[in-house]
Amino acid sequence: MNGYGLAEQYSGISNQRRGTKVMDSALIPNGVRRCSLDKFLVALAVVGAVLLWGVYAMLLCWFKGLNQTNMNDNYGFALWIWADLAVIALGGGAFFTGFLKYIIAKDELKNIINYAVLIGFICYSSALLILAIDIGQPLRGWFIFWHANVHSMLTEVAFCLSCYFMVLTIEYIPLILENRQIDRVPFFHHLSHNMHSTMAVFAATGAFLSFFHQGSLGGVAGVLFGRPFAYREGLFIWPWTFFLFTWSAAAYGPCFTLMVTRITEAISGKKLVKDNVVELLAKISGWMMTTYIIAKIIDTFYWANVTAPSKGFNLIDFYSNNGFYGIWILVLEIVLGGIVPAAILITDKGRKSPIARNTAFVLAVIGVSVNRWVMVLQVMAVPIMTFDTWALYFPSWQEVATTILPVAYGIMLIMISYRYLPIFPQEAELNPAD
Amino acid sequence: MFPFNFEWIWDMSHVVFMGGLWYALTILGIGMTYCVVKSTIDAAKDDGGHH
Repeated sequence: MNGYGLAEQYSGISNQRRGTKVMDSALIPNGVRRCSLDKFLVALAVVGAVLLWGVYAMLLCWFKGLNQTNMNDNYGFALWIWADLAVIALGGGAFFTGFLKYIIAKDELKNIINYAVLIGFICYSSALLILAIDIGQPLRGWFIFWHANVHSMLTEVAFCLSCYFMVLTIEYIPLILENRQIDRVPFFHHLSHNMHSTMAVFAATGAFLSFFHQGSLGGVAGVLFGRPFAYREGLFIWPWTFFLFTWSAAAYGPCFTLMVTRITEAISGKKLVKDNVVELLAKISGWMMTTYIIAKIIDTFYWANVTAPSKGFNLIDFYSNNGFYGIWILVLEIVLGGIVPAAILITDKGRKSPIARNTAFVLAVIGVSVNRWVMVLQVMAVPIMTFDTWALYFPSWQEVATTILPVAYGIMLIMISYRYLPIFPQEAELNPAD
Repeated sequence: MFPFNFEWIWDMSHVVFMGGLWYALTILGIGMTYCVVKSTIDAAKDDGGHH
């Protein structure tokens, strides 16, 4: 090739790169600044590599089967189900913030509802993905709808999860349609507007669905009368864990939304949501957490003194004679992950101090995740019969990779959505230099 | 899932479970249909207005 041909080729590549950059900047919302396209693509590639690792492990599980995991006769539910319950609880910020915004009419929350919806969408799509891996035979996933076992709380969970994911998709679509270029198409512009105006109906349906599936996930543990560590009395067919799970998702979910918002602010180096909005949601979350933790302490006290002894167990039986589960886990869940963040968030001083507030968010996320861990994995570990021993379990790398997969997917979706969609309505106002 | 499935029984469990599912799906379906139809009409009106 002669020199002229090479120059022409380089010029062509350069024009192509310029064209890509022009297209990229045309998609970025008005009045805000984003990092360079190169930097964005490098970050996306790094997270994408982690995602591919998870996809590889997922394909191993699908093609070779569940022998790729360390699940066994003791652990029919394992790391995936903990991850599933944890992301569903953490994604509870979407339904509860939606409920506050559209049903209770807390209008200030319009400045964070988009992000709550995005996080909820990520959490619920992740939960469905984890279930698709966990069932081992995804091609038969539709059996749960077609041949539904109407006596199982998990059937109700599957129904409500799927329907609520539809609600979250419906709530996320208007955000996509508000992209600068898509919004120029009249039909999409009107569709976004009309979906916003009917959102209260979808949000109410979402709150209804969430109440039941969050509750039923707790109910599954609470009805295990053969496992005294999990078993609880209750109201009619619903054990107390049913109500505690719904309550905790509504209380702790917004803390996860606020924590991810803070992380996004730290990475982008910008303030994205005004303090009054953060403080309002933190205050509501704090009071929900306070009432929840009081109920949880009463439930634990009654279980330790009445329910478990009636089945032949003392409290300390559940926290001794093993190498991992000590009384520390109960303290971590209830005191550090419940009482402390609740006490910080219900006080004016605690909410107004960024360090205290962010610490409370992190502790709350740890608290609810530990609660789900205990209700899924410790339940399986505790010996029941006199000849039983503690059954401890360690996940295989395939389980770990497929559990990290949704995290990588979530980070990528947040990166793309933050770059191209007007997620934070207050961003331009808070960052006038942009 | 449907009364014509072989395992279907007309009992309280089926009515509550499947009724709840179809109730939610109906609300979502009607809501989205309304949005799409109204947006089509609105967009057509806009288009008419421009000319």
